[in-house]
Amino acid sequence: MSALLEVNNLGKRFGGFVALENIALSVQPGERVGLIGPNGSGKSTLVNCICGTLRNEAGSVYFDGHPLDGSIAHQRTRRGLARTFQLPRPFASLSLAENLRIPLLYTVAARGGVLRTARHVEERCLDLLREVGLEAKAKRLPRDLTQVEMRKLELARAMAAEPKLLIADESMAGLTHSEVEEILSLLNRLNEQGITIILIEHIMRAVMSFSQRLVVLVSGRKIADGEPNVVVRDPEVERAYLGQ
Amino acid sequence: MRTDVFFVVCLVVGAAVYGTAVALGNDYYFFAGYVVVQYVVLSTAWNILGGYCGYVNFGSAAFFALGAYSTVAMHRLYPVLIPLDVVIGGVVSGIVGLGMGYLTLRLRGAFFAIATLALAVVLQTLVVNWDYVGGSRGAYILRPESIPLFGSYIRYLFLIMMLLAVGAITVARLIERSRLGYGFATIRDDELAAEASGVPTLRLKLIATTISGALMGMAGAPFPYYIGFLQPSSAFGLDYAVNSIAMPLIGGTTSWVGPLVGAILLGSLQQIATVTISSAVNLLIVGFLLVGFVIVAPNGIIGLVHKYVQQKPAGPVGRADADAPETAP
Repeated sequence: MSALLEVNNLGKRFGGFVALENIALSVQPGERVGLIGPNGSGKSTLVNCICGTLRNEAGSVYFDGHPLDGSIAHQRTRRGLARTFQLPRPFASLSLAENLRIPLLYTVAARGGVLRTARHVEERCLDLLREVGLEAKAKRLPRDLTQVEMRKLELARAMAAEPKLLIADESMAGLTHSEVEEILSLLNRLNEQGITIILIEHIMRAVMSFSQRLVVLVSGRKIADGEPNVVVRDPEVERAYLGQ
Repeated sequence: MRTDVFFVVCLVVGAAVYGTAVALGNDYYFFAGYVVVQYVVLSTAWNILGGYCGYVNFGSAAFFALGAYSTVAMHRLYPVLIPLDVVIGGVVSGIVGLGMGYLTLRLRGAFFAIATLALAVVLQTLVVNWDYVGGSRGAYILRPESIPLFGSYIRYLFLIMMLLAVGAITVARLIERSRLGYGFATIRDDELAAEASGVPTLRLKLIATTISGALMGMAGAPFPYYIGFLQPSSAFGLDYAVNSIAMPLIGGTTSWVGPLVGAILLGSLQQIATVTISSAVNLLIVGFLLVGFVIVAPNGIIGLVHKYVQQKPAGPVGRADADAPETAP
């Protein structure tokens, strides 16, 4: 099976600081991949390079068989690559339903999706909000949401773009145990629907239970890639990441 | 309300205003009204980029002056009817708006604002040194005393400006309720998240600078006929730049209503001050009102009204109470 996402020898520098060096990553369709690493290890930089927010100086990114080099963020989203942000970035002046309307109008419709009328768009927004349990707050502004609801809105907005690959960047940060479970179950449901997911997370319990494969970054380099139970016992990972 | 119905309603309101001014039987109302309506166009145009997209343009006067000087150039080259001057002024300013957008839209916040200010300085310097349109000496445009159907020429100019205002408001409202308007709102709120949601932010910003610039140029095109003698200091006046920003801020920037309310309120106040006190106090009034609104009502008059409505029981929250976009995706 050909990879959905193929990252080859990716490199990124900020001035003299090497943020990413020679990163190679391959993600198969339908896979659940966990991406871990200490703060400053380059996880978000890697996501930004894959999603087109940052331009990589070396290497290449292929998505669904197409090279992404040179394409900008919104073009990558339209190809089916969606993401959430480490700190939720809702559209503050738009209601929850309108937040979801944006990817529907600009991504799904641009791909030639079936959203022919305003009513279609509205119904789809409500469906998505129902899926994440925010239907009752459809007309609210993001400022009225709790932390976990904000995370759910981020995920719902990414889902609205009907992605093939979803990169969830610390979607559980700052959440309680039960809230983490809620997000995990949501991510599992999405994966069951056929969406490939890369989960970036510090909560090891969540990453371990979710991921089929674990990738570890340290200081901009990939130091491990494999079965989660094997990777966490890797001496280099233990030394660099788990501090043992 | 459908856009075509809204357009007709605006036309009817515009006709009623025109009719009232005719009934008052004093051309001064047309002179004063022209300036107020001109500011409706300017502030509505500014709001398309500044209010909807969140990009503050300090160069409104440059686009306005481009429209005015396009008319002067056409007057010398091949005099045409004012409506055609308006179209030409709009095209010229629209193209310059597109160019400005292309050069500056990678800048954000204060840097973008300064770049637009620089554009105004550059264009003024060019005009000052361009003899064909009068250069620093200025240019006379002698308008006829009267015109068939309208009587005095100022009535004709007022009508043109009123039609422009109706057009500008309709365009602004259409944008606001369309896919484009939602795209603009995401740019204002968070560009990074907008791109991640598939919004082509750069293209949308170019559309905004072009439409905004074109409307400002159109507002400036009849100006030489209004003022009779056009010089760089009057066309590139600080009043235009300041009022274009202050009026939407005072009225409210998130909807087409804000610039309209702000322009009518502030424009009328300035006209009253001009005849009762002095034209020199105009900017003082703007300054005081702006400071007052920033403190008391940072979201403008519309924001105040919205807040009041929200305080009522069972009121809708947020912008979600706005109608669904009329334009199918």
